[in-house]
Amino acid sequence: MRTGKSESGSAASAALLALLQVIMVVVTVYIFAAKLYSPPAPITDIGRAVDEQYSLTLWVTAVVFVLSQLGIAYAVWRFRDHGQRAHFSRGNNTMEFIWTTATIILFLGLGILGRRAWAEVRFTPPAADAVQVEVTENQFVFNFRYPGPDGKFGRLDAKQISASTGNPLGIDSNDPAGKDDIVVPTLTVPVNRQVELHVTSQDVIHNIFVRELRLQQDAVPGLVVPIHFTAEKIGQYEIVCTQLCGLGHSRMHSYLNVVSDADYEAFLKSGGQ
Amino acid sequence: MSSHAHGAHAAHAMEAPTGFIRKYIFSVDHKVIGIQYFLLALTAVLVGIVLSVLMRLHLVWPNMHLPFVPGGLMTQEQYLSLVTMHGTIMVFFVLTTAPQGGFGNYFLPIQIGAPDMAFPRLNMLSFWVTFLAFIAILAAFVVPGGAPISGWTGYTPLSGLGEVTGPGEGWGQTMWIISISLFCLASLLGALNFIATLIDMRAPGMSLFRMPLTCWGWFVTAILGLLAFGVLLAGGILLLLDRSAGTSFFIPGGLVVNDQIQHHSGGSPLLWQHLFWFFGHPEVYIAILPGMGVASHVLSTFARKPVFGYRAMAMAMCAIGFLGFMVWGHHMFVSGMSPYSGFAFSVLTMSIGVPSAIKTFNWLGTLWGGKIQFTTPMLFAIGFVSLFVSGGLSGLFLAQPAVDNLLHATYYVVAHFHLVMGVAAIFGIFAATYFWFPKMFGRMMNEPLGKVHFWFTFVGAYCIFMPMHWVGIAGGIRRYADASAVAYLQPLQPVHQFMSIAAFITAAAQILFLINFFWSLKSGPKASKNPWNATTLEWITDSPPPHDNFGGHFPSVYRGPYDFSVPGVKEDFVPQNLTPQEVTREKE
Repeated sequence: MRTGKSESGSAASAALLALLQVIMVVVTVYIFAAKLYSPPAPITDIGRAVDEQYSLTLWVTAVVFVLSQLGIAYAVWRFRDHGQRAHFSRGNNTMEFIWTTATIILFLGLGILGRRAWAEVRFTPPAADAVQVEVTENQFVFNFRYPGPDGKFGRLDAKQISASTGNPLGIDSNDPAGKDDIVVPTLTVPVNRQVELHVTSQDVIHNIFVRELRLQQDAVPGLVVPIHFTAEKIGQYEIVCTQLCGLGHSRMHSYLNVVSDADYEAFLKSGGQ
Repeated sequence: MSSHAHGAHAAHAMEAPTGFIRKYIFSVDHKVIGIQYFLLALTAVLVGIVLSVLMRLHLVWPNMHLPFVPGGLMTQEQYLSLVTMHGTIMVFFVLTTAPQGGFGNYFLPIQIGAPDMAFPRLNMLSFWVTFLAFIAILAAFVVPGGAPISGWTGYTPLSGLGEVTGPGEGWGQTMWIISISLFCLASLLGALNFIATLIDMRAPGMSLFRMPLTCWGWFVTAILGLLAFGVLLAGGILLLLDRSAGTSFFIPGGLVVNDQIQHHSGGSPLLWQHLFWFFGHPEVYIAILPGMGVASHVLSTFARKPVFGYRAMAMAMCAIGFLGFMVWGHHMFVSGMSPYSGFAFSVLTMSIGVPSAIKTFNWLGTLWGGKIQFTTPMLFAIGFVSLFVSGGLSGLFLAQPAVDNLLHATYYVVAHFHLVMGVAAIFGIFAATYFWFPKMFGRMMNEPLGKVHFWFTFVGAYCIFMPMHWVGIAGGIRRYADASAVAYLQPLQPVHQFMSIAAFITAAAQILFLINFFWSLKSGPKASKNPWNATTLEWITDSPPPHDNFGGHFPSVYRGPYDFSVPGVKEDFVPQNLTPQEVTREKE
C-alpha cells in the first residue's frame, strides 16, 4: 500500500514537521536568551547563587534541547520515505555507553553543583545576632511579630486569638514578655543585616515567597521553620503566598520593606508604625 | 506459558457470550473492557477540556459571563474547584485510564499471544469500580457546597478539616476522597491482573526480551501501580477518618480557623504529602511509560527499522520505574522537610534524567537511517518525542532545590508537567488510537483529517505550554484565581491571553478527532489484518480479533518484535510468528 502518492505526501509532511521543529527551537532559544521574561535582580548573595545555578542549568539544557530537537527535524527530513530501503540496525552498544556516561556526568554534576546555593540558606545556621521575626500566616493574611525592646517573644495562647480585637496571634495577656511585642502585617527589615524568619501557620498550609530574595518557604501548622537571608538593597518588594490555602489564596499579599538602620530603629521605636 | 494453561483458557474463552449485557456491559472479554476504559477516558477528557477552557477564559476575561458556571460570573472558589477537578479528572481518569486500562487491556494479551487476561472477572470488576469512581468525582460538582478547592494534591489541613476551611471542603472533598480511594482499589486489582497475565500467559517463544516495548511499558506501569496505589489508598482512608471520625493523622494540635479552635492534636500535615507523593511521583510514570512503549512501537513500524537499542530501551523503562519511587521528595523542597533530605532527593531526581535521555537518544537512533512514513500515528509518535524532550528538560531546573526556591508553585511547574506527562502522554494516546483503531474496530481512520488534527494539536500544545514557562520564570503563581492583587503579575497578562487563545483553538481542533473517530467507526474503509505491514502478534489476527483473539489457533513466536528491513528478506517486515522457513528470502 506504499505507493508513489504516499512518498510525495511524505515529503510534504516531513518538510512541515522539520520546519515547525526549527521554528519552535528558534523562538524558544530567543525568548530564553533575550530574557524577555525574567525575575527582577536578586537582592541577596544567595539569590545571585541561585541565578548562577539557573544559568548553568539553562546552558546544559539548551545544548541538549537544541541538539535533540534539531536532530528530530533533520532526521524526519533526511530519512523521509523516498523509495529507499531502511538501513538495518539493531543499535550500537558503544553509543549507548557514551551517551549514558555523558548524561550521568552532566546531570549528576549539575545536581551536585547546585548544592552550594541550597546549603548556604538551608544547612548553615544564621548568625547569633540575626534579627528575629516570627511569621505567622492564616487565611488570608500575613502577621509579622518582633520581640520588642526586651528581645523576648511573649507566650501564645490559642484561646486568646482574636483578629477583631487586635490580637491575631493570641499573645498571652498574662505574660510580661509579650507586652512590648510588635505585630504588623508587613515585614520591615534593616539592610545588610541578617534576618531570621520563623515561619508557621495557624490554620492551613501557606507559603511566603519574595522573588527578589529567591526564597520561599511553606508555612505549616504545627511546625516552625527557620529561614534566613541578608537583604542588600533598600526598597519595597512584594510578598505572596504560593501554597493553595483556600478561596482567598490569590489575594494573600504583603510587602517586604528593606530599610536603612536608622529607619529600622525608628520603626521599632514607634512600635511598628 | 504452558500448553495446559493455554488449553484451559482457550476452552473458557471459546464460549463467546451472546446476550447484549454479557457481551457489551458486564463483559469479561479484555477487548470489550479495554474499549470501555477507552470510552470512559474519552468522556473524562472532554469534561477535563471544558474545565480547562473555562479556567483559561476566567484568567484573561474575569468579568465574562460563562456557560456552566452558576451565577455566570466565576468566583474565586469556583475557579479553584475547576483547578482541582481538572487535575483530578485528567490525571486519574484520562492519563491513567486510557493508556493502561484502555490500550493495555486490549493489546497486552494479544501482543503476547494470550486469549484473555489471567483473571477476566477481576478485570471486569476493575473497570466497574473505576466507573463508580468516575461517577463519584462527577457527583462532587453537585453536592452541597460544590466541588473541592484543595487541588488534585488535596493537601491537609485544607482538605482535612471540613467546610470550615472553605466552600467545597465539606461534601465535595469527601466525594473526592471516596472517588480517589475507589480508583486506587480498581487500579490495584488491574495491576495484579496485568502482572499475572504477562508473567504466566505468554505464547511459546515469547521470552521477555521478545516482547514488544509496549508490553514492557504496561508491565513496568503495572508494577508501579501495584506499589503506589496501595499507599494512596491508605492515605485516602486516613484522611477520611480525620474528616469524619475525629482522628488526627494529618492535623496538628492548636489550629485556629476563622477564630474557631479545632479539636485535633498530634498529626502531621507533611505525612499526607509524603504519602501522596510516594504515590504521586510514580503516578507520573504510570501516565507516561505506556506512551513511551507506544512511541517506540510506532516509530519502529513507520521508520521501517528495528527499535534502536531494544534492550537499553527495556532496561531504561525498568530504571525509570525503580528510580521513580525514590524521588517523591522533590515535590516538597520548600515544604519544611529536612533540607538534607531535599538534597538527597535532588540528586536522585537528576539521575532519573539519565534513563529518560537514553530513551530519547534511542528514539532518534530509531529514526536515523529509516524510511519514514508520515502516517498520523507516526506524526503523533514523533510529536511525543519532541514534547517529552521539551517537558523533560525543564525538570532539570525543578529537580534542584536552590532553583526551586524561585520556580516552586509557579506556572513553570505547570508548564513542565503539562508538557512531559500531560500533552506527551496524550500524544501517546493519540498515536495509539490512530495506530490501533483499524485493529480494534475493523475500519481505517481518515488520514488527511488525522493529519490536520495533528498539526493543530502539535502547534497548539507548544503555543500553550512554552510561553507558560516564561510566565513562571517571571514569578507567575499557579492556582491564582485572579492576578489583580499582585502588581508584578500584571505585565504577564498578555502572555496569558496568548496562551488562552491558543488553548481555545487547540481545544476546538479536538472536534476533528471526534468527527474522525465516530465517522470512521461507521463509514471508514474496511481494514485488512495488517494495514501497516507491522510485525507483532496483534497484526496476524482478524480486525477486529475474534472473541479468543486468534480463532482457536494460538501463535508461537520465533523472533523479536521489530524485524523490519532485515537484509536478505524480500518483504521489509517479518511477523513474530513466522518460522525461519516461512520467511521469503530475496532471490539472488
